[in-house]
Amino acid sequence: MLPYLINGVSVGGQYALIAIGYTLVYGILRLINFAHGDVFMVAGLLMVYSTASMPMYAALPLVLIATVILGFCIERAAYKPLRTAPRMSVMISAIGVSYLIQNLAFYLTGGVPQPVVNPIPWISENVMIFGESTKRVTLVTPVLTILLVAGLVYLINHTRIGLAMRAAAKDFETAQLMGIKINSVISFTFVIGSFLAAVGAMLYFTNYPSVAITSGGMPGLKAFVAAVFGGIGSIPGAVVGAFVIGLCEEIIKGIGLTTFSDAFTFALLIVVLCVKPTGLFGEKVTDKV
Amino acid sequence: MAENVLKVENVTMQFGGVVAVDNMNLEINQGEIVALIGPNGAGKTTAFNVVTGVYQPTNGAVWFQGEKIVENHPQGKMKQQYKGEHAGEYTGVRAPTPDAITKLGMARTFQNIRLWKSQTVFNNVLIAKHCRTHSNFLSAAFRLNRKEEQAQRQHVEELLELVGLSDVRDELATSLPYGKQRRLEIARALATEPSLLLLDEPAAGMNPQETDDLTAFIGEIRSRLGLTIFLIEHHMDLVMDISDRIYVLDFGRLIAEGTPAEIQNNQRVIDAYLGVAEDA
Amino acid sequence: MKRKETIWTAGILLVLLVLCVVLDASLPSYHIAVKVVEKASVYALVAVSMNLLNGFTGLFSLGQAGFMLLGAYAYGVLTIPVDKRPSVYQYFDGGAIQFSLPEAFSGFLGEGAGTVAGMLAALLVGGLLAALFAFLIGLPVLRLKSDYLAIATLGFAEILKAFFQWNALGPITNGSNLLKSYPVFSHPTAYVVLAGILIAFIVLLINSTYGRAFMAIRDDEVAAEAMGINLARHKRMAFIISSFFAGVGGGMLAMYMGTIAAAPFKSAMTYEILLIVVIGGIGSITGSVLASFLYILSSEWLLRGLDSGSFLGINAPGLFKNGFRMAVFSVIIMIVVLFFRKGIMGDKELPDLFRRQSRRERPEKGGAGNG
Repeated sequence: MLPYLINGVSVGGQYALIAIGYTLVYGILRLINFAHGDVFMVAGLLMVYSTASMPMYAALPLVLIATVILGFCIERAAYKPLRTAPRMSVMISAIGVSYLIQNLAFYLTGGVPQPVVNPIPWISENVMIFGESTKRVTLVTPVLTILLVAGLVYLINHTRIGLAMRAAAKDFETAQLMGIKINSVISFTFVIGSFLAAVGAMLYFTNYPSVAITSGGMPGLKAFVAAVFGGIGSIPGAVVGAFVIGLCEEIIKGIGLTTFSDAFTFALLIVVLCVKPTGLFGEKVTDKV
Repeated sequence: MAENVLKVENVTMQFGGVVAVDNMNLEINQGEIVALIGPNGAGKTTAFNVVTGVYQPTNGAVWFQGEKIVENHPQGKMKQQYKGEHAGEYTGVRAPTPDAITKLGMARTFQNIRLWKSQTVFNNVLIAKHCRTHSNFLSAAFRLNRKEEQAQRQHVEELLELVGLSDVRDELATSLPYGKQRRLEIARALATEPSLLLLDEPAAGMNPQETDDLTAFIGEIRSRLGLTIFLIEHHMDLVMDISDRIYVLDFGRLIAEGTPAEIQNNQRVIDAYLGVAEDA
Repeated sequence: MKRKETIWTAGILLVLLVLCVVLDASLPSYHIAVKVVEKASVYALVAVSMNLLNGFTGLFSLGQAGFMLLGAYAYGVLTIPVDKRPSVYQYFDGGAIQFSLPEAFSGFLGEGAGTVAGMLAALLVGGLLAALFAFLIGLPVLRLKSDYLAIATLGFAEILKAFFQWNALGPITNGSNLLKSYPVFSHPTAYVVLAGILIAFIVLLINSTYGRAFMAIRDDEVAAEAMGINLARHKRMAFIISSFFAGVGGGMLAMYMGTIAAAPFKSAMTYEILLIVVIGGIGSITGSVLASFLYILSSEWLLRGLDSGSFLGINAPGLFKNGFRMAVFSVIIMIVVLFFRKGIMGDKELPDLFRRQSRRERPEKGGAGNG
């Protein structure tokens, strides 16, 4: 059981890094960014290609920068033109982007999972913990996640751009009227989300032998569930939710019900939505008649 | 008792710590036109929303045609927070959804017009007849309900004639000018075959001519359809013209009740409301 | 002029049906045109069922693939001939179910009619099973607001997929192995007629008092409720009806594919159908049908060359390789989503096209100004 628990914490950390991207975007745009999981997958592919063709110190920053640019461009091209459109249109656009990225990736990779030939050194080395062998990334992930989240929380609570983000999340229109450049805030949100997803991808795919074009979908959806579970819009909520889901999933694998590890996440989602739709840390919103 | 069409009994509506409607008591008799007036934010629309089932009151009851349709008492967290009166008097909980109340014979219009925007004028009224449909979806889909459908369409034609919108029946509802949209809302409410009609600021945004027409129209539908009417309105001319009785609400509390003449001479009302309104 | 529109519409539909019969009689059943018509009919049915929910009732549900999965499995499980079961269920001792509807019906209706009746009955059971599940999950899920509903239904479909791959249910579902050897319709006309009848029912429903109530809920929920429309009941009804047709569509897709596995019924399938609905126009049945045929026609046939080296006479194996077709497709879809948000038809239907034409022919009469 122990290796499953350790794995759970690690997977949870990776989900947390993706979940923050969902929760930030949802907080401001009220949009489930269905393409976020695919951005994560693209970051994985970029890591495979760049680490195979250039030295590590150039490859990793390149992955981060390219992923951030991708996230930025998606927002500008696919969501910004629909700012005043009904929510359903934006959600459809997000699904369209997800479809586009997957199909482009399929074309470029030929549909073949791309092997991680040159994994990131040090974190991909095996270490012994409590008598079990595991990759060092398993131990590094939770620590790095907590550090990044702490940095993000500081950014949001103590900087001007963070203040703008909070204002936009609270009341989009009023924030705009108060002179906040809403488009920059939204772009910045996508930049942060994509950056964290790229870090998450580097950690996640270090544990796997290859990156397939469908690799983004499931972790993406699960991270979203984590965000909902924690209360969408809340960063601590997303992190706690992600760790809970990561752990539960690994425990379920541990007791031999691997088929249901994915299904469990969604069952949890449905239960949470029905019992407490605002999640663990979410705020209640009411509609006015 | 039988005289009462609507009776609001000790109703308090509290949102968190804010009391929007405070211990409201009012009665409306068969065939009356009763107005609820008060400054902005006095809680008028909230009162409507409680009566029509949009909100569940924190405490109190609503009776409709001698039957208790809504009842509630402070529960859970609200037990400690409750600031109103008559806390111990109610024990039951009745919270029908708005559609159930509409089916009992109470229909409303909205302050901010809420027509179905993709539908024609005719269909807006026809859809409101849906709640009186007896056929199930299979017989409706296979057109086995022709008789019922014909009767409904006939009634819709009559209503459009009544509100004077027959000539624009195939226009999109939202393409109509404001005043006609308000009339359409009334026609739509009438289609549900109500005995009590609630109008939430029916003259809002109308010019004096349209307001006069509306005043005459409200009187006409009352006598022609034998309706009881309960309305919220800011146009004092209209209110004084057509109301049999008026209730005045200020900061969630009823401060006066009486005939238009009584209300016009009521010092409390003048202080709280009319004096301010006249200046404006 | 209502009559004229009806005649034109009926005429066009009749011509299409005749074309289909001719196609059926003149081409072998493995011809690509036949396959396109079959698959497009199935997709048209499923897209219309999704449009009923997403377009007409305004409930953004992404559970379509899950309901199709139920329909497909119900069809397969109920129609595999008894003597084929040992080989299909080879890892599960021939499976738990030892009867097949087509054979059971053949017992008293005769070989030919009985088989067809059994197949139709199996499709019906698939639809009913999907409807039953829709009823059960509708109770909690339909109270959720737009995007939460989307993600909850998507999750539900994933859960179903996991269950059908679970080996403990293997005696029924064959676990992660294929279901196969079941009888299928081999004529495209059968697909077209069946899908056509079911779509016609949906059209009738949408034009009935219930369909109008659905649209009222979509346009303004609060007003609909205030006018006596029971939201919970009507949303559930739309959800159940839509799922029923998705279930039947799933059964038909199983016929088309020849084998059943849970894996293809993934969220990507739902997305594909959703995008077809969007291309056709959210709120237009005609649009959904048209878009299904266009989509299947180009992806299965016209644009095949994009994947296999040469397209429109241009030979560029480096560019036109596996996956290019879908990449081109998704670009087109994004263009539609961003710049042609109304899709092909907007919310117009086939008869509306003739109405506009006939209005243009006649000089406009006074009274009904356009503005």
